Amino acid sequence: MRKLMAFLAGVIFGIGLLTAGMANPAKVLGFLDLAGAWDPSLVLVMAAAIGVAFLPFSWARAQRSSLLGAPMQLPGKRELDRRLIGGSLLFGIGWGIAGICPGPAVAILLTGRWQVLLFVAAMLVGMVVFAALERRRG
Amino acid sequence: MSIDWYNFTPWSALAGGALIGLAASLFVVMNGRVAGISGLIGSLLERGEGWGEKGLFLLGVLLAPLLWQLFCRLPEIQIDSGWLALTVAGLLVGVGTRYGAGCTSGHGVCGLSRLSPRSLAATLSFMAAGFVTVFVLRHLLGA
Repeated sequence: MRKLMAFLAGVIFGIGLLTAGMANPAKVLGFLDLAGAWDPSLVLVMAAAIGVAFLPFSWARAQRSSLLGAPMQLPGKRELDRRLIGGSLLFGIGWGIAGICPGPAVAILLTGRWQVLLFVAAMLVGMVVFAALERRRG
Repeated sequence: MSIDWYNFTPWSALAGGALIGLAASLFVVMNGRVAGISGLIGSLLERGEGWGEKGLFLLGVLLAPLLWQLFCRLPEIQIDSGWLALTVAGLLVGVGTRYGAGCTSGHGVCGLSRLSPRSLAATLSFMAAGFVTVFVLRHLLGA
């Protein structure tokens, strides 16, 4: 049941990205281009997503387990550190270069565009490099 | 700044955003997990716990365009970047989201929904970096 829910949630997530225009890199860059002709659509995507998810997350924060009996696994860390900010800045630079972030990359991976395959391959390399550096750090 | 009214799509943005919020809600309420795409992929790569559920969520996202195509035409997907830009961007997104412990979905949607100060700081950081990068590339370098 949990596995079925996970799949269903993933499908809805992907349909949402496609509907929202998040899966169109040119549109995302139009949102990031404040100084040009600015497309504010993605502000509404974020606002609607947070508006819908706010109450469920408030409920989830107070629970030990999910409705299907899984442990509630919400991040507990609260400190702001250099890794969080530095990593997010690097991510933002990459996002600004191509207009693609991880969710949309997955959602358009199978639409037959070599650009997405290349982007995702490089992204996976980046993640593997991170994992290797973390292992060396111990 | 001028608003690009021609490309502004408020209704599909709101509808798509609501679906994204619904999916994130289902995943946390039913599975007790955060729908953060970079975290899910990273966890699969590092063979973390719960790979079945995480993999199935990602599979759902992966198959979404194929299911979409059964009913209607895919929306426009326009990528103008060349191979070098895509490679550099992919590397930065991969390394950055793992160091920063999240991306637009994990921090931007799930994190902000649970009022996490870390996610707010991360979201402000990657948004600012994205704005500055596009400004430099488009308006200073004219790429």
